[in-house]
Amino acid sequence: MDEELLRALVPQVIGVLVRRDNDFATAEDAVQDALVEAVRVWPQAPPANPRAWLVTVAQRRLVDVRRSETARRRREESDAEEPAPGPAEQADDALLLLTLCCHPSLSPTSAVALALRAVGGLTTAQVADAFLVPQATMAQRISRAKATIRDVPLDRPGDLAAVLRVLYLVFHTGHRGQVDLAAEAIRLTRQLTLASPEPEVRGLLALMLLHHARDAARWDEGRLVPLDRQDRTRWDTAEIAEGVAILQESLRHGEPGEYRMQAAIAALHDDAASWEDTDWPQVLDWYDDLVALAGNPIARLSRLVALGHVEGPEAALAELAGLEVESGGTAQHHAVRGYLLELAGDRDAAATAYARAAGLATSAPERDHLTRSAAALRS
Amino acid sequence: MPRYLLLKHYRGGPEQHHEVIPMDRWAPEAVDAHMAFLRECGRMLEETGELVEAQALHEERVYVQYAGKDAPPVTTDGPYPETSDLAAGWYMVDVESRERALEIAAFVSSGPDQHGGPMHEWIEVRQVMDDGVPDED
Repeated sequence: MDEELLRALVPQVIGVLVRRDNDFATAEDAVQDALVEAVRVWPQAPPANPRAWLVTVAQRRLVDVRRSETARRRREESDAEEPAPGPAEQADDALLLLTLCCHPSLSPTSAVALALRAVGGLTTAQVADAFLVPQATMAQRISRAKATIRDVPLDRPGDLAAVLRVLYLVFHTGHRGQVDLAAEAIRLTRQLTLASPEPEVRGLLALMLLHHARDAARWDEGRLVPLDRQDRTRWDTAEIAEGVAILQESLRHGEPGEYRMQAAIAALHDDAASWEDTDWPQVLDWYDDLVALAGNPIARLSRLVALGHVEGPEAALAELAGLEVESGGTAQHHAVRGYLLELAGDRDAAATAYARAAGLATSAPERDHLTRSAAALRS
Repeated sequence: MPRYLLLKHYRGGPEQHHEVIPMDRWAPEAVDAHMAFLRECGRMLEETGELVEAQALHEERVYVQYAGKDAPPVTTDGPYPETSDLAAGWYMVDVESRERALEIAAFVSSGPDQHGGPMHEWIEVRQVMDDGVPDED
């Protein structure tokens, strides 16, 4: 069974049903039922026209809900004749549905769950599995999300920035269950680039590709390997080339936003033969711009690593001391402090900082890495 | 989303808000009311899309220790000091924020005591480590 095709069809079929005057929540439920049925039936009996099959089954489901036999016959007859939508219409459906699912009134978690089901074409079981919660809990989360956006009209695309945030969140959830959500986020973002000319969408796609390219080198027997220790021969050069090409093209359109800036930083790292060979002055320039634009605490801290390489660790440590109020209590603050102290040659203080960071980390792989770093400096 | 373990205890923890006698000396209706409250907590958390799991633990406990290759495990079942913590069960929740986890824990703490009023029991809240990868650029 072509699972990717099946997933790509889900937003299209929802689009068809919504255009037939069904409300989004009902149409989405019906298509989810059809999807679950497809997963069950298709491996044995693949349909000649998968899209028409899904429309028919979802439509029948809607009709069952309404107990209207006449409507069913009429609609089923029309399904067979309906031409498949062109690429533009498909892309528009995905964009409309994505902006709806990522509506700012939803919490990021709800938006992620809903978008993965309605646009990503995942079953509730797959979404639940990816987020390590029971299926009943995930079903409730999705139905509450749909209730929240019940009155949002589905006629024109909404907030694109919210969509990009949600897609990036999906990307970062990574590969936990049966479904690789990083790959799923790349697929959805790629689809979105067909529907929206906004260069930040391509910036996000580039950013994802440039990070995803390092996946094989990021883990070593279950241990997290940080960027400065990764075996760069294991990076996916084709993915890097694609990311760089998309980024370069997107940079020709107006002032870069935060995704293109982050992608530019990722590209500089991906382009360096080693950590030592990194073009730190350019990385720092991009971080200066990123901090000026977005000003988020993580970017501020990451910038100091680049500053440490350009102007020396002492200068960066002095600036870090000034950030105390904002980020003094976070694992990342102490991890960056540890890195800069290590760069300055103060092994004891670096070990203390890493140990402090390990105590604050909420991610197990990160904590283990920080503990190992502290231990290595003390041994 | 962060996950938290909300731990209920048979005994232990900070000083009690007021005396709660062991449940086997409560009126049966009071026991039923407390158990119904706990089920209601689980139902509510499932409905809000926050429940990961709810489990109760048996009161008996045994400590086990490695005793060397080919040796049977060493065990001990006490005695322990009367004040030592004894977990009774937990709710694991998947929530938007730490504040929300504390809010849920406070609700769990409001379950009825032997007189039907809020028990004000201490709920231990622990964050579950996730497997996230930090931003590496």
